[in-house]
Amino acid sequence: MNIEPISVSDLNKYVKDMVAEDEFLNNVFVKGEISNFKHHYTGHMYFTLKDDKSLIKCIMFKSSTATLTFMPKDGMKVNVLGTVSVFERDGVYQIYCKAMQEDGVGDLYAKYNELKNKLEEEGLFDEAHKKQIPFMPKVIGVLTSQTGSVIKDIINVSTRRNPNVYIRLFPVPVQGEGAGEKIARAIKIMNEKKLADVLILARGGGSLEDLWPFNEEVVARAIYESKLPIISAVGHETDFSISDFVADLRAPTPSAAAELAVTDVFDLEDRIHLYEKRFKILLNRKLEFMKLRYEKCMNSKAFTNPKQKVNDEYIRIDNLIKEIEKGIKEKVHDCKIKSIELMTRLDTLSPLKTLSRGYCMTEYEGKIIKSKKDLKKDMQLNVRYTDGDAKVKVI
Amino acid sequence: MKEEKSFEELMDDLENISQMLESDKLNLDESIKKFEEGMKISKKCTEMLDNAEKKINILLEKNGEVEEEEFKTGEE
Repeated sequence: MNIEPISVSDLNKYVKDMVAEDEFLNNVFVKGEISNFKHHYTGHMYFTLKDDKSLIKCIMFKSSTATLTFMPKDGMKVNVLGTVSVFERDGVYQIYCKAMQEDGVGDLYAKYNELKNKLEEEGLFDEAHKKQIPFMPKVIGVLTSQTGSVIKDIINVSTRRNPNVYIRLFPVPVQGEGAGEKIARAIKIMNEKKLADVLILARGGGSLEDLWPFNEEVVARAIYESKLPIISAVGHETDFSISDFVADLRAPTPSAAAELAVTDVFDLEDRIHLYEKRFKILLNRKLEFMKLRYEKCMNSKAFTNPKQKVNDEYIRIDNLIKEIEKGIKEKVHDCKIKSIELMTRLDTLSPLKTLSRGYCMTEYEGKIIKSKKDLKKDMQLNVRYTDGDAKVKVI
Repeated sequence: MKEEKSFEELMDDLENISQMLESDKLNLDESIKKFEEGMKISKKCTEMLDNAEKKINILLEKNGEVEEEEFKTGEE
């Protein structure tokens, strides 16, 4: 052999160029299961994609991971879209992933939307049906896995807000076959036996497939029928499960659910003390006010010069008496004038007045004689003149 | 025996009493009565908070019955 050997670098460079020229390898869509998943601190993701016979290294740069709607992890079945290229230093070829989706996720999304629309039409999401979360529940019922960080987070947040909190954990599987039925059953048992005042339905983040039990109809109906108010906290803040829509309240995370369910007792104690302070201030203000009124009273004339009122009344009485006297005098005067007038009128009508004009009046035994028929011989008559009487005899 | 008022109702009572004390409608005797009532309720609220017992329990189904046991996260 008389051929010059080439360097390893040259070979790897050659292969890299060959691969780069291949149109098919520039844009591959590959399905497989993730293993050896590493989320590097730089933000890049390293993992292996495998099927039952073979595997290939994959890398997804931070710039591409931003488009992910889920967090990949070992064992997850995915489809990746990317470019196959050679890493010259190690002489390996790998997929540089641009996008990744969960395998079968399209079917799940369709199912999710179908159920969501159906339940919405049935009115399971109606605001009117939603129950008020109690202000101070005595017992917080938690439905989640007894292992993992979710229950720990809930306990931590709850006890921080209320050191004397009462939590009842009803452990349920939160993923996998049959989890939905078990969750629904747990909701029913909590209701039947009235084991809590409010329920938190919680699960940490995961793929749509992981969160699936919370998108099942049996769970949705159990939540709708629950007499106990339910707070749903499933997945991350960006995940919306059907249980979130049916529940009386949605919390973005399990910790947030605990904050919504457990009232901060330190806040409450502050509020109670504020009330006590306020009561004292208000009562004092009332007392001050009463004191002022009392002082105002004592400063009034009734107390500083009590006789004034009496004197005033005396003057009033005197005045009244004067008025009465005056009234009586006037009346007497009026009467006098009237009597004089009457007497004058009477005087003009008097028969004696007629006598003064030369007439005379004949009387017999005190009776006036009006006709000559009344006269008899020898009757002694009395004749009245204006200046006196005369005795005459009838002839 | 009438039913115990809930914590929420007691807090409402506190608010009502505070509003009554603020108004001019009460005479001094009534004000003092309301004040005493308010202080009693606030004490009761504080007691309710203090006397609650911390319980972190797990519910376990045994033979169709639900039993309650202390729950340990394994960190304590």
